[in-house]
Amino acid sequence: MSAGAHSSPSVGPEEYQPVFTEQMLEQLQEILARYPTKQAALLPALWLVQRARGWISDRHMAEVAEVLGLTPAYVKGVVTFYTMYHQHPVGRHFVQVCTTSPCNICGAEAVVQALLTATGAKELGATSPDGKWTVIEVECLGACGFATPVLVDDDFIESVTPEKVPEIVRKYK
Amino acid sequence: MGYPHKPHPKETVLLSRYFGEADARTYKGWVKRGGYAALEQARAMEPARVIDIVKESGLRGRGGAGFPTGLKWSFMPKEKKKPHYLCVNADESEPGTFKDREIMRWTPHALLEGTAIAAHAIQADVAYIYIRGEFTEPLAIMEKALTDARSAGVFGDLKIHLHRGAGAYICGEETALMNSIEGKRGNPRIKPPFPAAAGVFGMPTTINNVETLAAVPPILTKGAAWYKSLSLSSPKSTGTKLFSVCGHVQQPGNYEVTLGFPLKDLVYELCGGMRPGRTLKACIPGGSSVPILDRAETESCLLDYEGVVERGSMLGSGGVIVFDDSADMVYQIMRLARFYAHESCAQCTQCREGTAWTTKILERILAGQGKPADLDLLLDLAENMTGKTICVLSDSCAAPVVSGIKKFRSEFEEYIAGRRQPVLVA
Amino acid sequence: MSDDLITLTIDGVPVSVAKGTLVIEAAKQAGVLVPHYCYHPGLPVAGVCRMCLVEIEKQPKLAVACATQAAEGMVVNTQSAAAKSARTSVLEFLLINHPLDCPICDQAGECELQDFTFQEGRAATRYSPEYPKRFNPVEDFGPDVLYVPNRCILCTRCVRFMEDVAQEPVLNVSERGDRAYIGVHPETRLDHPWAGNVVDLCPVGSLLSKDFLHKARAWELDKSASVCTGCSQGCNVTLDTRENVVVRVRPRPNLEVNRYFICDHGRMNYRWMNRGDRIEAPLVQRGGELHATDWQDAFERVTTVLRGAGGRVVTLVSPRASTEALFFARELFRGGALDWTGAFQVVMGEEAPLAGVPDLALRAERAPNGRGAELLGYGREYAAALAAAESAAVVLVLDEPDIPVRTAGTLIYVGTVLPERARDAHVVLPIANVAEEEGSFVNRDGRVQRYAQAKTAPGMARPAWWVFSELGAALGQGEPVGSAAEAFERVAQAIEPLRGLSYEQLGFGGRPAAVPAAV
Repeated sequence: MSAGAHSSPSVGPEEYQPVFTEQMLEQLQEILARYPTKQAALLPALWLVQRARGWISDRHMAEVAEVLGLTPAYVKGVVTFYTMYHQHPVGRHFVQVCTTSPCNICGAEAVVQALLTATGAKELGATSPDGKWTVIEVECLGACGFATPVLVDDDFIESVTPEKVPEIVRKYK
Repeated sequence: MGYPHKPHPKETVLLSRYFGEADARTYKGWVKRGGYAALEQARAMEPARVIDIVKESGLRGRGGAGFPTGLKWSFMPKEKKKPHYLCVNADESEPGTFKDREIMRWTPHALLEGTAIAAHAIQADVAYIYIRGEFTEPLAIMEKALTDARSAGVFGDLKIHLHRGAGAYICGEETALMNSIEGKRGNPRIKPPFPAAAGVFGMPTTINNVETLAAVPPILTKGAAWYKSLSLSSPKSTGTKLFSVCGHVQQPGNYEVTLGFPLKDLVYELCGGMRPGRTLKACIPGGSSVPILDRAETESCLLDYEGVVERGSMLGSGGVIVFDDSADMVYQIMRLARFYAHESCAQCTQCREGTAWTTKILERILAGQGKPADLDLLLDLAENMTGKTICVLSDSCAAPVVSGIKKFRSEFEEYIAGRRQPVLVA
Repeated sequence: MSDDLITLTIDGVPVSVAKGTLVIEAAKQAGVLVPHYCYHPGLPVAGVCRMCLVEIEKQPKLAVACATQAAEGMVVNTQSAAAKSARTSVLEFLLINHPLDCPICDQAGECELQDFTFQEGRAATRYSPEYPKRFNPVEDFGPDVLYVPNRCILCTRCVRFMEDVAQEPVLNVSERGDRAYIGVHPETRLDHPWAGNVVDLCPVGSLLSKDFLHKARAWELDKSASVCTGCSQGCNVTLDTRENVVVRVRPRPNLEVNRYFICDHGRMNYRWMNRGDRIEAPLVQRGGELHATDWQDAFERVTTVLRGAGGRVVTLVSPRASTEALFFARELFRGGALDWTGAFQVVMGEEAPLAGVPDLALRAERAPNGRGAELLGYGREYAAALAAAESAAVVLVLDEPDIPVRTAGTLIYVGTVLPERARDAHVVLPIANVAEEEGSFVNRDGRVQRYAQAKTAPGMARPAWWVFSELGAALGQGEPVGSAAEAFERVAQAIEPLRGLSYEQLGFGGRPAAVPAAV
């Protein structure tokens, strides 16, 4: 893994559309009111960006830094700490499968394989050729009694087995 | 109720009583079930009185450390000179643990009520409920509940906010959680200062686990003495506790029992025991960070803070991971080590490098390329990863390795000697 | 007083320290260096490298000396088996991903990873050579800083410096676990005016100065205490020389002046010290040309001029000259019937404060001894002095290239290099530059600070104080001085604010003079 490779594809400043305008700015104001510091709004602000744009580019980080009075490097340090923030574009549907020990012993690896096949993503972390799916393994989703839990975007699906996978995949457009 | 299963007669349902009842999620439904009466009761008392009641009840933190809750609250300054904060730890991420998730999904108001009572006791102006990022459904349910309760005006001047995590196990560590709320990397802080002196935003802060707070309303309505009487073994362990059981049992799920309950009964009766033809091999009784128990230890273990320690492990968060004789312990321990290597915040040397190195050695053993000296090396690394870092993530990685090698050494040796089919690890 | 002191024992040595002192600092006072990486007295405590683990009696676990406050009666053992084994283990962990490329690393020889590994590391690693090591390419962080992530031990000193001292967090820790590295954002560079300090702070060879890259091995360097000449702040520095060439300037800690830091302007302000186009011999005017001669001949020429001089004398001096030189240059004309004017000029630049340290900045006044010159009676009306010089009987210049195009009188040029305009000088005397002599400056706050000689002066060049003191003696103004210390003694006798000070007293940390600080 190269440090240089962590720089995301850059977007020229002329093409950049700011995230925090009008309605988004209002949402941010609401969030800011919850905390005594602007910095504390960083995680929620990053969630807003990811929801709006699907991922968080270096340019987005710089924008967030500016609206919260932080430096872009600081924001990048935080973004890279939290695994749920996408530093690269992902498929329209982002699938997270738990493969930690308790799920592993209940067959999580087979679920992963079934998902890779059914979505056409083929490889972990790769996006399917139709741009629709990205599947990744994650550590503990906190639903070990409902092995195997799968998070498709914001939908938390419990007790997934390889047999249930094609049906789940069909539900998403 | 042994959600998602039918309640078992041996359960003592206090927190899980309304699991599965969608109506209990609503504000009206909660009030109908007697909700928010405890908060009103607490509000009528001096904060110190509330703390005393919780102290008397013997309630201990349900997040893992088991620290007496009332005592923790009493560390907050009596005379308020700065804003006080309450942080609610809903960053449930310990492999094997999924109880807080169910509390938030089914009884969000129980948590909100407990939060408001605790905030009153410690004179907090603001409470942050830190919910792990992956808990999309509990977050949505909590948001709705919070909006409803807020518009019903039950919180008075208290402000309760939800703060969503973004994928970091370590944020369940209390000081890391506070850093994360502040918009920082979730790095644990050096103590002292302790949170009651300088916590979130540098202000006096108390941090409690979801299950701990959910247990507070019934303590107030039914009394400390009643709660204290719920104890099957050690008088230092009182009340009920949710045990999340997962792995190789017939009916995994959450089961609520009185502390001191036999682990054997939990596994064999409540959870329906092993799958046909399988026998119990090992059990991690308190979430993945605690030492592994073998079968004999499991079957003789009482589930309270003292009982599990007597068997050489810890009650932890109450996440019970059961392995039957089909489980490859070397592989499972590697998975756990990999989890910790993935989650290490990178601050302390022993943890950053040790968790990754431990994982590499285990992977090599699994691949059939282990060396006889690897086991001693693993144990030595574990020794150097224990008790030497800012937080206990490193210790948590070491615990299953040490107990695993101690109790299942032959499995490791079989891989090293080439008597087991190598497992290629991705 | 005693109420604020506590007594503890470190490795059997009792030591009394102020309340609130960290064990690691108390240990220094007991003569014990607890090995450490992330701790630095100029930065907030991080407690992350876990190298400074020590055993403290009655404490169940080993404690980090950097984050533990000393307490009354505490018994600290840094050499117990448990403490040593814990540190040995930290070293082993730090080295598993390290490339062990000391032969090509600039830090070798002054690397704390090397030093402590030598001191208490394992002879061999147990990390299998079959395991791949973490690899990340070298990154260009800023104008003078390269980052070699493979050597990084993530002590975070650089991150904390930029965040808490420079207060411009352009460095971060990126990712987590063993994938972590020091990161930047592609849109921002490490170009803060004090950024170079991260190179000094880095305890290993991970942050490197491009300027110093592969210039010298640490063990080839000679180090001399000096004072930065970049501005009037007077930061204490060390001049590193290799074979008589200054190759690096680094901060020398002084809590009263610059703490542990210097700015990049000062750090890069050394190349002129190595100039090759120096005046190497006294020169005298003969037949319209300057000719080399010996000191005696040159002195005779100068004294002849000075003895016969009447009317106006103008002395133009450089504010980079030592207090001692400025003093003896002034003394030449003291008490006579001459109409003396002395002046200096200071190049001005932009002020660049170091936000996290009060009263520390790259000052607008880019010279080290303007305050000293003022103290000795030199004025700042340089333009007027220049005009006056045109008609003066004698113009004496001390290493200041900005001199009048022509003068009616006699020009005596005392300097390091010969400017074009000084080719008409009657006599030119070669002097040592700051790296080649001992001397002292008075900084903007009136602090008198010594600097030591770091390299030899070229040819026949001598310290300016020696030159002027010899001239004074030749003019019958008393005995010449034989050393900078003696020269300073004379200054201290004559100049009220410096009275009572001596080189011995000044040491290499300096002392405040009894002068009001510059506004």
